[in-house]
Amino acid sequence: MSAGTAKLNVTVAEVKPINDLVTRFKFVRTGGGDLPTFSGGAHTVVEMQDGGITRLNAYSLMSNPADRGAYTISVRRDDQGRGGSRFMHSQVKEGMEMVISNPVNLFSLDLRAKKHLMLAGGIGITPFMAQMHQLSMMDGNFELHYSVRTASLGTYAKELSERYPGKVHIYHDDQKEAIDLKTLLANQPLGTHVYVCGPKGMINWVHSTAGEMGWPREAVHSEEFLAPASGKPFEVKCAVSNKIVQVGEHQSLLEALEAAGIDAPYLCRGGACGQCETNVIGYDGKFLHYDHWLTDEQKAGGKHIMPCVSRFEGKTLVLDR
Amino acid sequence: MSKTEFPPSITSRPVYGELEARSGSGHLMIADAEGAEAILDLAKSTDAAFWAKAHIIYIPKKTGTKFSSQLEELGAGQYYAGPSYEAAQSRIRRALQDCHMGTQVYLSGTESLMGQAMAEATAAGIPHTAIQTEHRGSTARRMQCVHCKGITEDVTTDPFECSHCGLSLFVRDHYSRRLAAFQGVRVDAEDPGNIPEKVELFK
Ligand code: FES
Repeated sequence: MSAGTAKLNVTVAEVKPINDLVTRFKFVRTGGGDLPTFSGGAHTVVEMQDGGITRLNAYSLMSNPADRGAYTISVRRDDQGRGGSRFMHSQVKEGMEMVISNPVNLFSLDLRAKKHLMLAGGIGITPFMAQMHQLSMMDGNFELHYSVRTASLGTYAKELSERYPGKVHIYHDDQKEAIDLKTLLANQPLGTHVYVCGPKGMINWVHSTAGEMGWPREAVHSEEFLAPASGKPFEVKCAVSNKIVQVGEHQSLLEALEAAGIDAPYLCRGGACGQCETNVIGYDGKFLHYDHWLTDEQKAGGKHIMPCVSRFEGKTLVLDR
Repeated sequence: MSKTEFPPSITSRPVYGELEARSGSGHLMIADAEGAEAILDLAKSTDAAFWAKAHIIYIPKKTGTKFSSQLEELGAGQYYAGPSYEAAQSRIRRALQDCHMGTQVYLSGTESLMGQAMAEATAAGIPHTAIQTEHRGSTARRMQCVHCKGITEDVTTDPFECSHCGLSLFVRDHYSRRLAAFQGVRVDAEDPGNIPEKVELFK
């Protein structure tokens, strides 16, 4: 199962609860030494050995990219989720050895921009934290607008306001504060790029509003990792490895392939990077495409599937793996 | 003047489209000579509200007043006509400095005009893919001599003489976005003095 990027052996150096939902984890290289550099917006895939199951979740690196001594991530607990974040919160302790992937960046800053306008919702703040570190080192022009549910759930809101005075604007849902997106976008100087990370609704809102207001598509960036959806169990035939694989209710197709020892590539495990794209050789049934990688046409065409998030319902599915 | 179909070429050679009205907080239009026609065509599908937010910068070149009165009648919020690109340049820079994200940029006319205005607009921060262009009028080229680096405007023949160093240059499709110019290389480099007859390639 070597299908991601290179792996790093790390030791948990710190586990720190930040608020009721979010816990912060710090990793250092096991046995000492520097970690690879990364750029703001990068994520790492954390491997969790949870009983007999290996869980792999992608988390944005939030630490200073210039600090090669440690990586820091923040994990929001999702009690409705499939268990990765619960594992991180309940099982991961200081001193534990873990395996994480080399950093991969699917949400990098466009350094041609004259100004970086960042819009965060909830735990979507984490990639921006590394980006702000990076920009403040290069004396870059940025501004953060951060929407939180309540002050107490405003992860890092206070600390960021103090670290970057005048550049950070916090909006509290419970006080009916909302980002005035139209006005904000209308007033940006030429050469501004906007970045959004948060819930799906927020991402769509920013893309559509910016589009209507004449923003070039290349100047609007977003990142959203999807959690693999649960669904009815199904069976898939892998033509290349000549194996029949059962995909469980709460298991993703990618996880099932990995459990069967089939080499299946991935980078994000969240339907965003395109790395896991797999050709469909034959099928009888219907696809449940959840990714945001394939085009609508490709989704309708029945020739491709993204195993990290998408599922299938029907009689037979034959994949080129 | 009819539109020119450029034959397929190497990838650095710019390709041009057809201007269309897009929604945006403002519309900056920069055109020369017959490029006015592209703006007038676009005007068929727009209303007064669109023009209220528009800024037209026009360089009539040899067309004189043929199109300028029609352009003026469109009712753009700002209208400027100038004698040359150089004369209009500071105004173009100022206009780009003052506008916000969401402003649409439309360029039409000669390749020289579009290329230079494109370089200004991208330097101001607009991705080049978001800038609309439409070629109209002369196909004469703005050429840079790769030997002396001098730029010769309105080149219509191949080969042509560099207006700076006098070498006879072969007209290449190789294009520099930064300079907004095609590249000219010495045509008799390997066999000095053997200069092929000039052909009028561009009008
Ligand atoms: S692993 Fe990135 S899209 Fe599936």
